[in-house]
Order: sequence, then structure tokens, then C-alpha cells
Amino acid sequence: MAVQIKVNGKDHVVDVEEEMPLLWVLRDELGLKGTKFGCGVAYCGACTVHVNGQPLRSCTVPVAAMQGQEVTTIEGLADTSEGSGELHPVQQAWIEAQVPQCGYCQSGMIMAVAALLERNPNPTDEEVEAEISNVCRCGTYQRIRDAVGTLTNA
Amino acid sequence: MGTVAKWTRRTFIGAGALVGGGLILGVTASPNRLKLSGEGVAEEGETILNTWVKISPDNQVTAIIPHSEMGQGATTGLAMMLAEEMDADWSKVGFIEAPATDDFANNELGRAVLVGEVNVPGSIFKMIDFGMLTVAQQLNFQITGGSLSIRSTGEFGMRRAGASARHMLIGAAANDWGVPSTELTAKNSVVSHAGTGKSATYGELASAAAQLEPPMQPTLKDPKTFELIGTTQPRFDIPSKVDGSAEFGIDVEQEGMLYAAIRQAPVYGGKVKSVDESAIAGRRGVKKVVVIDGESVGPIQTALGSQSIESGVAVVADSYWRAEQALANLPIEWDGDAANVSDATIAASYKDVLDAGEGKADVKKGDVEQSVDGGTVVEAEYAVPFLAHATMEPLNCTARVSGGKCEVWTGHQNPLGARGFAAKAAGLKETDVTLHNHFMGGGFGRRSEADFVVQSVLVAKEVDAPVKLVWSREEDMKHDRYRPAVSNRMKAVLGGDGKPVTWSNIYTNTGQNEPVDAPWIPYDIDNQLIRGAQHETPVPLGAWRSVGHTQHSFFNESFIDELAHAAGQDPYEYRRDLLAGSPRHKAVLEMAAEQAGWGSAPPAGHARGIALEQSFESIVAQVAEVSIDGNGKPVVHKVTAVIDCGLAVNNGQVVAQVQSGIIYGLTAALYGQINIENGGAVQANFPGEYEMVRLNEAPIMDVHVLNSYAKTGGAGEPGTPPIAGAVANALFVLTGERVRKLPLNQYEFKAKDVRPQLSQAGDWVSPVWVR
Ligand code: FES
Ligand code: FES
Repeated sequence: MAVQIKVNGKDHVVDVEEEMPLLWVLRDELGLKGTKFGCGVAYCGACTVHVNGQPLRSCTVPVAAMQGQEVTTIEGLADTSEGSGELHPVQQAWIEAQVPQCGYCQSGMIMAVAALLERNPNPTDEEVEAEISNVCRCGTYQRIRDAVGTLTNA
Repeated sequence: MGTVAKWTRRTFIGAGALVGGGLILGVTASPNRLKLSGEGVAEEGETILNTWVKISPDNQVTAIIPHSEMGQGATTGLAMMLAEEMDADWSKVGFIEAPATDDFANNELGRAVLVGEVNVPGSIFKMIDFGMLTVAQQLNFQITGGSLSIRSTGEFGMRRAGASARHMLIGAAANDWGVPSTELTAKNSVVSHAGTGKSATYGELASAAAQLEPPMQPTLKDPKTFELIGTTQPRFDIPSKVDGSAEFGIDVEQEGMLYAAIRQAPVYGGKVKSVDESAIAGRRGVKKVVVIDGESVGPIQTALGSQSIESGVAVVADSYWRAEQALANLPIEWDGDAANVSDATIAASYKDVLDAGEGKADVKKGDVEQSVDGGTVVEAEYAVPFLAHATMEPLNCTARVSGGKCEVWTGHQNPLGARGFAAKAAGLKETDVTLHNHFMGGGFGRRSEADFVVQSVLVAKEVDAPVKLVWSREEDMKHDRYRPAVSNRMKAVLGGDGKPVTWSNIYTNTGQNEPVDAPWIPYDIDNQLIRGAQHETPVPLGAWRSVGHTQHSFFNESFIDELAHAAGQDPYEYRRDLLAGSPRHKAVLEMAAEQAGWGSAPPAGHARGIALEQSFESIVAQVAEVSIDGNGKPVVHKVTAVIDCGLAVNNGQVVAQVQSGIIYGLTAALYGQINIENGGAVQANFPGEYEMVRLNEAPIMDVHVLNSYAKTGGAGEPGTPPIAGAVANALFVLTGERVRKLPLNQYEFKAKDVRPQLSQAGDWVSPVWVR
């Protein structure tokens, strides 16, 4: 079936099974590899993207449900919020706090945090902890807290 | 192509000129292997010789790093070590990762191992043929593990390369200006002469320097004078890891590439009996079904020992998802021989081996059988379960086999070894295999294994296209090579002062008990007998972050805590009193206690526990502050940690690695457990089965670096071992009951005034891991 989706501001028509998860459409059909596969069961958050600005774990969402929706991936995060060339503030904070280790979880982590701050620019620690349930197997949580702190206490 | 000159056969530092200008300098421990490499890392007009450093006319310094980046930041640290000795301008230093060719094999590591300057895991040692001069070739030795990058390549390679290059650059300026080199200074990639006011950049001097003889014994700086080493520098690899551009193995894309999904035998060592391909005939995108016979390639020698490859079925399709879907609908019948293996049979075998009481002594001194007048006897039995690695990026490997050549793309901790595994699977010579190494989404030991590489090549052999094999999370967890489960019976007799007169223990040892110092204790106890009882288990085993130290640290640091409480003494003071002969350990322990406010009252309902472990030449102490929540589950509020790794090269990165180790070890202590039923693993994915610590459970981590300037130790692993003991010791203070079996989530803890639910002291703790 042909599904029409908008990804990072560009329209795409993909001819795939309607139950193919958005994650695999992004990675293997559209070649956007920044969104990662970690568990396939909506647990780890490595596959987090934004759909109409809301965070979504793309590994369990059939692409058909995305018909006509606006999807933003890590590759499109900066462009959509700051104008091209500039990093998104969350990405910038991530570099300043030297958050990533292996880096594999960080696309999803950054997307989840960016969506949270968009909705709630000054979350409490508890709100951050409740919202950001992504897994980082390298245990970068302390620096994630530090980086988020620089974005909220400004 | 460029020319490389000035190699002499008996030496191990070589240098030469680059066509188009510039200096290339390499360090090797293998003089018989000096040869040129005309491809791979060389850019146009340049030829790289062996490894380590090049200086180009535009004044750029490039370190060529023979290790893979899996998040530990080694590449940046290694480049810092080079730049420090060179007095290079840090803003003009970059790196490239050495490709997996023999020229870049980790000679320095081989030499360090052979001359005994670095204490490495026995798993690595085992692979060494004492043919010293060709060590690297024989071992396919380019491993990132055992926290070795900085300890070996950095200390023996990078620093020497930097010092040699500096010496040659100064020599070139001295010749050019006709002044003695002793009057010259080098700083920020510039050589200058105060008398004449002359100066030149390294880039300007590089070509002339290349004509000089490199010093074979360059003078290294006194570490106390370091200006760059010991600071915190941003990691080279981080910008690509915030915008999605970092390319991991799973992101590889090749022209015409197909995808494979795999199902391995549900019973370890099982085989495929039959496959009903008709069930998936005509499914969209499905190209082929490949039956993988693991035995067909025979056992593979990895750095960790001999490994057999699991059999299974792969479906090849034009998309990974289609391959997985088809596989899910493919009826497969299996033959299995170990189907009767379960937690119960394993527990029984562990009990048998301990009851037999035969063990090989790791430590034997004094007499543990002596009678101690009025001595208090403390006995306990401990157990820890099998653990999966669960790297964030599931295992994957892309391969193409055609025209007598094989090309492989993956993220591997041992890329040269992986090339050898691929060659064996392809039935080709290693020189016919090219391996492209990628960022790893976590390694932790799992990515030093052969299985996923071999399987991907076996599939690629059957298909006329590059094939990317991706293990689902379920395959990754059910077919890991697990950290061994270990049981340990411990006994000590305390003298009149409450201190142990004897310490003895015997633990089950599946042969993965490495490195050799893992079971040792740092405490001054005159009479010790520490033994491992050798036995086998059908469960596949491998190296798990910090290897044997995770198990033994939990046992030993819990048991010494038991002794302190039995003696009615403060657990910190008790340890400290027993460290008179180990000043580094004592200093680390003291600093951790001080930073954690040991001795001051913790917040109401909280308690502190302490633990200490030396691993990979680094010493780490941790104090965990813990409470119990309304559901009887432990909450770890804060962990104070101190590490002495000699001298932390990239200080902030060492801190990050210790934090990482704490979370990895805490996750295991709270939740980690792989159960075995019907010959295979029970746990298949994270939710409710193999839970992870996330932000809401991550403690505040206060990490301090204590630079003792002792021999450089590792940083990637030593943060992991102490945390389980530290948390369990805090729980004892809260509950009055001793946790002797992990993980912690199997218990409902109750604070002291309520009747505890845990097993009583001295009980046999059966290693049947209750879920
Ligand atoms: S891959 Fe989607 S949540 Fe883990
Ligand atoms: S940085 Fe490695 S999983 Fe998060």
C-alpha cells in the first residue's frame, strides 16, 4: 500500500505493508539511520521520533497510522527549530555536557528531551524523570541531568 | 605513493617522509614485521607506516589509533598522550582509527603482555604464543578490552611516538638554524629559539625532520609536569553522536544490500532438523532461507577461548522487517541435546562441585586450618546469576562474499580477530577479507565474540549480494555469551581483636574466572586459602564488563562487611585497619568515606554501605546511600566513588566511565538475571524480564579522581564491580539481614524492626534464582 508521510518537512510516498513499523520505514526505506533499533517493544526509546511534535517510539507504530502526519527525526531536529546549520539547543547542551558515550541511545534520548522541553520548558526533576524513560546502557544519566539542567534553569 | 625511509631492522621506532611533505612516525615492538602499508589510512600522496602519528605540512597532527571506539573515549585520550609528549597544539590534533590490517595490529599490547608490564585478563594472555616478534600477527591482536587502550597503546606507543617526533622536529630546526638543539624550545606545535628569535611550526619542520634518525629511547616527560594529560578535553566523537550522523554497524548501507533475520536453536548446541519453506513462499520481499550449521565452521579461537557457533535459520529479504516477519511465520523443527539443562540442574552441579571441595588455589598463604583460641567463626554462602550484556545496539554484521573475496562491515572490539573469524567462515585467507569497523553501540565484552560475524558470512555465502544480518533483541538476549553464574562458600575465623586470622573460600569456576587477580582480597590477613573449583556448564559464557571482578567483588566485599559486623566494628574502619600494607587502597577508601560523609548521620531511613575493588590496575571505592521504598524495594540515592587509575588522562572522561560502570553494575545488582529452562535462556527482552536502570532510578553520582601517579590503570571497567557490594552492605544496615544472592529485586526488604524475610546467616543459599 502507498502511504504518504511527511518526514523532516519533506513529503514521501512509500509503498510498503501498512503494518510495517515507522522505525523500519525511516531506516530502511528512507535511509534515515539516525533513529535506532534497540528493543522493538517500545521499552528502550532508542527509536523515539516526533509526530506532530509529540514523542513517539517508532518501533511499534504501523506506518499506516502515520498517513498524512508530520514526522521529525534526529536528522531534522535542528532544521525545524533553529534554522539550518545550527544545532538544536538540546544537541548543543549534549555536546557541552559531553553526554554521549557509545552514543547509540542518544538520538532517542535527545528527541525525548526536546519534546518534553517544547511542551514544558521548565520541568521539575520529577517531571523529567517521569517523562524520560529511555534506556542508556552506558549509564549517561548523570550528564543527561546536567545537560537538561542547563536548559531549564536558564 | 609515498616513500618511507630510515627503518632499521633492530629498532622499533621508525620515521620517514610523506610525499608532498610531512613526517610519519611509527612505533612497533615487532622489528621483523616492519613493512609498508600503502593503502587503508593513507590519503593521497601519503603513506602510513605501521601506526601512531603523522604530521602534515599544514601543521596538522594526526594520531592513528589502533583501537575501536565503543564509548569509552579512548581515541581522544590516546591522542592527548601523543600531543602531551609532542608539545603539540591540541587544537590541531586529530585522529583516525587504524584499519584492521596486520600493520596496525596492537604490537604494543603484545609486548606489554609479554614483558609483563601490564596485567591483562588471562583470557587475552591465553592466546599468546610466545613467539614475541610476531605476536600481533599470530593473535590478530587489535583488541579493545581489558581496559587496555590507554594502559598499553597509550603508555608504550603514543607517548613514545610523541616524544620521538618532538625530538626530530627540534633536531630539524637546530640543523636549519645552526644552533644547538638544547637552546630550542617546543610548545604548541612551534619550535623556537630565544637567542635569534627564530621560530617554525611543526608542519614547516616536518619534512626536514623526516630525514633524521628517530631516537630509539626518547626521553619521556615526568608525569608531574604534564599540562594536557590530566585535563578534561571534549571527545572527538561526540558531535556525530548528537545529530544522528555517527555510523554504527547497524547503519551500514551497501549497493544492492539485502537483510537477514535469524532464529538460533532454542537449546544451546541444538541443530535445525527441518524447515517448512513453503509456509513463507511468495511473501513480499523474501529472497531466501538459509540454514546455518554452526558446526560446519568448527570451533573458533577468540581472545576468550574456543567458541562454537550456534546453528539456526536465517531469512534473507529486501528489508529487515520483512525478514523478521517471514521468520516468525516459518515453521522450524529443532534437534537439541542439552534440553534437560535448567536452573535446577545447574544448581545441583554447582552444589556437587562445592561439596567435593576440590579447588585450585588462587591464593594460599599461612595456615587456614589452625585453631584460633576463642575465635569467632563466620561462614556464608554466596551466589550470583548468569548475566546478559544487552548492548544497546543489537548484534549485527554485514558481509559480502564474491569472487574469492569477502568484505565485512561491523562494530567489533577486536577487528583483526573479526577478520580472522570471517575468513574462517568464508573459507578464505585472511588477506582476502577486508573488514570495515564501525562505531559500536556498546561492547562490554560481547562485541569481542565471533558468532555474529561468522553467521553473517555463512549467510552471505549463499546470496549474491551484501547481506546485513541483524539479531533481534530477543536473539541478542537468548543467545548471549553470559557472565558466568558463580557460587562461593566462605569462612573466616576472627581473633580476639575481631580481625580475621584466617580467610578461606571456594567458588565454582567455569574457566571464565579472569583476570587472575579477580578472586584476591586486598586485606592484610596472614592465613588465606582462596580456591576455584573447576567445572563446566553447557551455558555459553563470555567476558562481561570487568570480567571476574564483578562476581568476586560482591562476594569479598559483602563477606568482609559480615566480618566487621560480627566483630561489632565499623565496616569502613575495619577495612581501613586491614589495609596497612596497601597505601593506595587505603587512600582511595579514606577519600571515599570522607567525601560520602561516612560517620555523619545519613537522612532518616537511609543507610550507607561501602566497598572497595582493585581491577585492571585501578582502585575504586564506592559508598552507596540506600533506603527501602514502600514496596520493599531498594532505592539507591547516591553513590560516592573514588578512582585511582594512576593518572587520569582525560579527567572528565574517567569520571564518565566510572559513572557508566556504576549504572551497569547497579542494573545488574537490582535486576540482572538470566534463568535457564529447557536448555535455553528464559529472558528474551527487557520489559519485566531484564529490566534496566533508567533516569528515575539513577543515583546521584559523585565521582572523584585520585591521581597517585602509579602505573596507569583502566577506567572503562573498574567502576562496575564495587557497587553490588556497596548496596548490599547498606541494605544490611537497614534490614539487619545479609543479601547473599543477587539480584535484589527478588526480595521484599523490611526495615530492621520488622521480622526480616531473607535467609538466615549460615544458610545454604541455593543458586536456583527465584524470579
Ligand atoms: S526500539 Fe523502540 S523503544 Fe526500543
Ligand atoms: S550512550 Fe551508549 S547507550 Fe546511551
